[in-house]
Amino acid sequence: MTAPSIIFFVLAALAVLGAISLILQREPIHSALSLIVVMVALAGLYLLMGAEFVAAVQIIVYGGAIMVLFVFVIMLLNAGKEERTNFSKLATYAGIPLAVATTGFIAAAIAWSSGSLPAAEPSGALTSTKTLSLLLFNEFVYPFELTSFLILVAILGAIVLAQRES
Amino acid sequence: MNEFLTQYAFIIVPLIKIAILVLIVLTVDAYLTWIERKLIAHIQARWGPHRVGPHGLLQPLADGVKFIFKEDPLPANVDKVAYFLAPFLTLMLALTSLAVIPFGPQRFKVFGYETHVGIADVNISLLVLFAITALGVYGIALAGWASNSKYSLLGGLRSSAQMISYELALTLSVVGVLLIAGDFSLRKIVEHQAGTGRGLVSWHIFPQIVGFLCFYIAAIAETNRVPFDLPEAESELVAGFHTEYASMKFAMFFIAEYTSMITVSCLATVLFFGGWLSPFPVSWTFTHYLPSVLLIPFGLWVIFDGMRYENLFGRILLPIVGIGLAALGATLIVLPTVNDIVQGPFWFLAKVFTFLFVYIWMRGTLPRFRYDQLMSFGWKFLLPVSIANVVLTAVAILIWGKL
Repeated sequence: MTAPSIIFFVLAALAVLGAISLILQREPIHSALSLIVVMVALAGLYLLMGAEFVAAVQIIVYGGAIMVLFVFVIMLLNAGKEERTNFSKLATYAGIPLAVATTGFIAAAIAWSSGSLPAAEPSGALTSTKTLSLLLFNEFVYPFELTSFLILVAILGAIVLAQRES
Repeated sequence: MNEFLTQYAFIIVPLIKIAILVLIVLTVDAYLTWIERKLIAHIQARWGPHRVGPHGLLQPLADGVKFIFKEDPLPANVDKVAYFLAPFLTLMLALTSLAVIPFGPQRFKVFGYETHVGIADVNISLLVLFAITALGVYGIALAGWASNSKYSLLGGLRSSAQMISYELALTLSVVGVLLIAGDFSLRKIVEHQAGTGRGLVSWHIFPQIVGFLCFYIAAIAETNRVPFDLPEAESELVAGFHTEYASMKFAMFFIAEYTSMITVSCLATVLFFGGWLSPFPVSWTFTHYLPSVLLIPFGLWVIFDGMRYENLFGRILLPIVGIGLAALGATLIVLPTVNDIVQGPFWFLAKVFTFLFVYIWMRGTLPRFRYDQLMSFGWKFLLPVSIANVVLTAVAILIWGKL
């Protein structure tokens, strides 16, 4: 086993364990922490693929901004422990078999075609900061600007909603 | 054995470098507390620590021993996982952020593995640094929340709100530098500041003075230091997020705070003040003797100072240290090759310590902000100014081309 594949499996295991713990934790803040672990592990995976900029942005945006808001809200609302309810019948009879079937299907598809699939190239050249920004600001400048506009509208909306009535 | 070393040099050499850096940083942290107490004492016309060792120089050691042996009570009803995780997370992230700072220009070979002064040389080092700082909020927020105390919770909330607000200004204020240097790599940014070898005129501080001021103000707020130390405003919140922490866990927050101060000072040096570059033009080779000119008199003064203490320190330790320092200075004059290697780290350290001095100076001088002042200053003044700086820099580059 080469060093990159060892790192891959460690990070992947970390991401999966974080995701499972996210669901199983009863304390909301522990769930939020598990989600941060998932985000950071994903950033590590991006780094492994040579997408340095995306990895850094993943941590800065998801880890540093969005999850901080999650944690903030949980702390401010003082959310208590989750109550465990009995499994709904639908989940037991349809959900679990469906989940098992889907996992089996994907695993079988990968196992069956792994010989014929070409290995993914480390996309370093494509995702370097410079090429990425050139793409964003030349070829995809209109979608990019539209997205920024959308976010601006959302921010204004949030301010209008949060404003005190005078 | 030798073969083994060559084969695994890529992992052994970084580990050695990490160990050395952590050792140095922790020592500097410890003595930073001494420098801070001493400086503030003198600003306030006091003596500061002077009992333990000459000039109180062993005070950090005594403090360290005290921290280890103090009782570490666990408050009632704390969230154990988060309570224990918070100090470790804070310290770990603070130390990790130093890994991407380049300390000197040289590349050298160890066990046939080429390496450089600094732990990691990634080409997006600035982004990595910001990513690590962005995660630093969790340590403080978790500490505040997990302690199950109203002071801690309020301190943690204040602190994280402050850090999120000032992170924007911090990130935007360095965009000007990025536009000029055209690279995310801290090493490339420093190399860009070498310019045509005319010394400090090509540093980024001159075109980016506004950016630097925004950066430094935002960085002080990020590290929760005076005048932005609201999270630990004693008169309102006891000690803020670390009220319920004692012993080594409290020390961890403390070490993390001082390490972030060092990181911020390193970053200011690298981004705006030419990193390891000398402020003098390259052709002025006589300035290479500056380290010796400083070291020899300092060593002699240490010997002279030792004569005032009639004990082990004065008779043996201080004279040995003094002779060592003076001898080091003399060696640098005699061996020009060694002297050339020392130049980079010498200037780097000199600049970093200047910034650390300013940090402490400010603590001794400025009163604390009120919370609403802090928020309106960050959002209504610092952020617009740094955005204007970015736009102005971009326009200037568009009109006059790269500097």
